[in-house]
Amino acid sequence: MSADPTTPAEPHSAVTISDRRDFVLGGAAAAALVLLLQSTPRAAAGEAPEVAAPVAAPSPAEPVSRIPISSGLAHSVQFEQALQDILVDAEPVVGEPMTLELPDLAENGNVVPYSLIVESPMTDTDYVRMLYLLSTANPQALVAKFQLIPANGKATVSGRMRLAKTQDVVGIAEISTGQMVVAVRKVEVTIGGCGNE
Amino acid sequence: MTNKTRIKLPEKTAVGDVIEVRALINHVMETGNRKDAAGQIIPRNIIRSLTVTFGRVTVFMAEFGPGISSNPFVAFYMRVPGPGEFVFTWEDDAGAKTVERTPLYVG
Repeated sequence: MSADPTTPAEPHSAVTISDRRDFVLGGAAAAALVLLLQSTPRAAAGEAPEVAAPVAAPSPAEPVSRIPISSGLAHSVQFEQALQDILVDAEPVVGEPMTLELPDLAENGNVVPYSLIVESPMTDTDYVRMLYLLSTANPQALVAKFQLIPANGKATVSGRMRLAKTQDVVGIAEISTGQMVVAVRKVEVTIGGCGNE
Repeated sequence: MTNKTRIKLPEKTAVGDVIEVRALINHVMETGNRKDAAGQIIPRNIIRSLTVTFGRVTVFMAEFGPGISSNPFVAFYMRVPGPGEFVFTWEDDAGAKTVERTPLYVG
């Protein structure tokens, strides 16, 4: 997102509808971010014990994620938007039958191996239709999505991802039955990837 | 312009086996977040998608974002229906397509 409120509007007077909409959306996102930033110290001042459940003590102004993010870790507004776009109204199951394999510690955030693994019979009536890989704190939340068919036989996809900083990585599986399964995994990053400091 | 690719399949397979298919392509995966020495943003150029067909069936599709590492590598599985040919098609932001055909021997 590059909506910078301090920069004056483009010199051209011909602002298209879509430009305006982008600006409004950018503004809304910025406002949401401000809210998030304001609410964070309040939550911290609440002195929640370290081991508090991730769902504990939601301050009213803070958008609570629909999935259990590690406590004390930031998750971006655009991550929540991407999550919403994928889950829509579905009530996700967390954990079983999905596993997200990642190293606990990644020294180089540019190359972090991941595996999305779902226990699925991969039959015509019960198979994994889509797999999503999301980052909670990269400049762009959606890292990859994969479309599978029963003929894959095994609902496992691996690759290598970038992580800008220490954060939770989220895997989502969309089952052909309509069920959504979520797996969350925290990765400590020593040197961030993505080219942003 | 085509990029160098590498496909890895098991050497021995039988009908009904679930095999791992590994595909890699050489590509910078420029995120669009980085700046050059002069402070100018380096334009985004990533591999956006990989489509894999076997016979006439699309067996796997991947869409990538800038959060995928350079030289994107992906591994997935497929149940072997018989001998045939894989066609791997990668497409980047510049619209450049790289196509790789790899036969699968069975037996």
